[in-house]
Amino acid sequence: MAVKYFHHALKFRKEVCIGCSHCMNVCPTEAIRIHGGKAELTDNRCVDCGKCYMACPVGAIIVEQDDFSRIFEYEHRVALIPNVLLGQFPEKVSINQICSVLHDLGFTHIFEVEHGTRILQGAMEEYIQEYPQKKPLISTFCPAIVRLIQVQFPAMTENLMLLKAPLDIAATYFRKKLIDQGAKADEIGIFYITPCAAKIAAVKSPVGDETSDITGVINMDFIFNKVYTSVKQGHSGKNTCKVPSLSALEPQEMLWSLTEGESSLMPGRALAIDEISNVIEFLERLENEENRDIDFLELRACDQSCAGGILTSGNRFFTVERLQKHASEAGTELPGEGLNQEAASMMQYRDFLMENIAVKKVLPRSMDKLDDDTKRAMLKMQMVREIMKSLPYVDCGLCGSPTCNALAQDIAQGRAEITHCIFIQKKYEQKEWLSHHESMEIMKEIWGNEKFGEQKN
Amino acid sequence: MSHDSHTMHFEYNVEGGNFTRAGYASSEIKKILKQLNVDMGIIKRTVVACYEAEVNVVAHAFSGTIYVDVSTESITIRLVDEGPGIPDIDLAMQEGYSTASSKVREMGFGAGMGLPNIKKNADKLEISSEVNKGTTLEITMFFN
Repeated sequence: MAVKYFHHALKFRKEVCIGCSHCMNVCPTEAIRIHGGKAELTDNRCVDCGKCYMACPVGAIIVEQDDFSRIFEYEHRVALIPNVLLGQFPEKVSINQICSVLHDLGFTHIFEVEHGTRILQGAMEEYIQEYPQKKPLISTFCPAIVRLIQVQFPAMTENLMLLKAPLDIAATYFRKKLIDQGAKADEIGIFYITPCAAKIAAVKSPVGDETSDITGVINMDFIFNKVYTSVKQGHSGKNTCKVPSLSALEPQEMLWSLTEGESSLMPGRALAIDEISNVIEFLERLENEENRDIDFLELRACDQSCAGGILTSGNRFFTVERLQKHASEAGTELPGEGLNQEAASMMQYRDFLMENIAVKKVLPRSMDKLDDDTKRAMLKMQMVREIMKSLPYVDCGLCGSPTCNALAQDIAQGRAEITHCIFIQKKYEQKEWLSHHESMEIMKEIWGNEKFGEQKN
Repeated sequence: MSHDSHTMHFEYNVEGGNFTRAGYASSEIKKILKQLNVDMGIIKRTVVACYEAEVNVVAHAFSGTIYVDVSTESITIRLVDEGPGIPDIDLAMQEGYSTASSKVREMGFGAGMGLPNIKKNADKLEISSEVNKGTTLEITMFFN
């Protein structure tokens, strides 16, 4: 049994899966195979990007979240919200309305993740100065990207900026503040409202850092639906909102989770790339050259970064537009107006937060290797090469592997047979090496009996 | 299958003047080494050296072929091109020396780091060249 490195928030529900292979075809790390008419995930290849979740036509892939009622196990119930949550709602829904409904749902505090960026930005600038030999430094903001680098670009784990994400800094700060105000540690429940699966996975098994100040994770679509239903039903909230104004964020803080949110603030030559296929293409290119003249890379797995998170409900382009509007409005406020108490309070905790801002080294976990042992890897590679000579290069996926090359590798690893290929089957049938019945059985093994008009397996 | 079960051979063609495809062979070689579970640092140096050499062929030669022999101990990358050749190899090995046109430099290539950088990254480098015929570069990397 292979060592399991990652916790995954994406769960495949076998009973719902119809074995259509849409997920397999979009997976950027080729982590999915079809067997017995069902999609199967290779855990260690998956980076939690969520492309499969978006592609599934029947909702067979779910994002595991904490049960909402868990919040009531705590006396102090903090909703840790990323700014993109506010961008989900149409303009006519006010931020106060959103906050009021969140309170009505049971939260006692609402705190924005982006408050964590205030401390982080300075720490990042220092990091860039301190480690010029590690250029280009890569942000660890997007957990799917951190995992992608671990499994596909292991040599680049050295370039990762080993600093906590805004989410963790915000949680650490808020917990500490509540404790200093007299709350007991075990009475504090900090619940992060997540726009994606990768963040959940990162909270449940943090990369490079073993504990998290976050108690639980709730999916953003769940909260959005709760709040929006409430608003639509004419409920404007009991106006119990007593939190400091959420507009206390600076414009650049509001935009942090969007594309160029970090790169625009970093010194030197900084680039931003969003959408995981774009990131893979870019990193492939980067590996070839010694690119010492790029200082900083902001890499995000989703198109339009967190606005395109798989658990968001709003259209990502509208979300970006709204957040930009919020930011430009915040930017035109007169200095002193909407006095930023939170920022002042947070600065008192600066030293404490800076002491806890580092994360442990992120280890490479290459998934490209055919074997740990180079000799055996060589034999398998020769096998792959031989097998490829007889495969059609069509990448039709009928074998249950996403590409011909993936099938060849699966065969070399002992996980598939050459006769899984439909072209090979036809050829073998003609040569009478394989009967009609046998090839039918093979297809049923891959795609399940139902697809061939028979009863369930 | 190859006669010796512990070596494999690959070949790639390189087209002179076509920068769009420059780096293809290097990327393929990188994939091979990753699959063989070669040490990350060695992969990095191999790819940097190979990419630099591949771009040199694109920038200077009419055409070329890259012959790769990989075993469980080492990889040898032989870049054979038909082109102008290098009149003075010692001079070309000096950092900053470049014959690249300004157009090539604008594309980010030809900063005169080519050969010295290949030598710096390679475990072994052999160059032979004949003016108006072509150049052969042999890069060897050892895995242990």
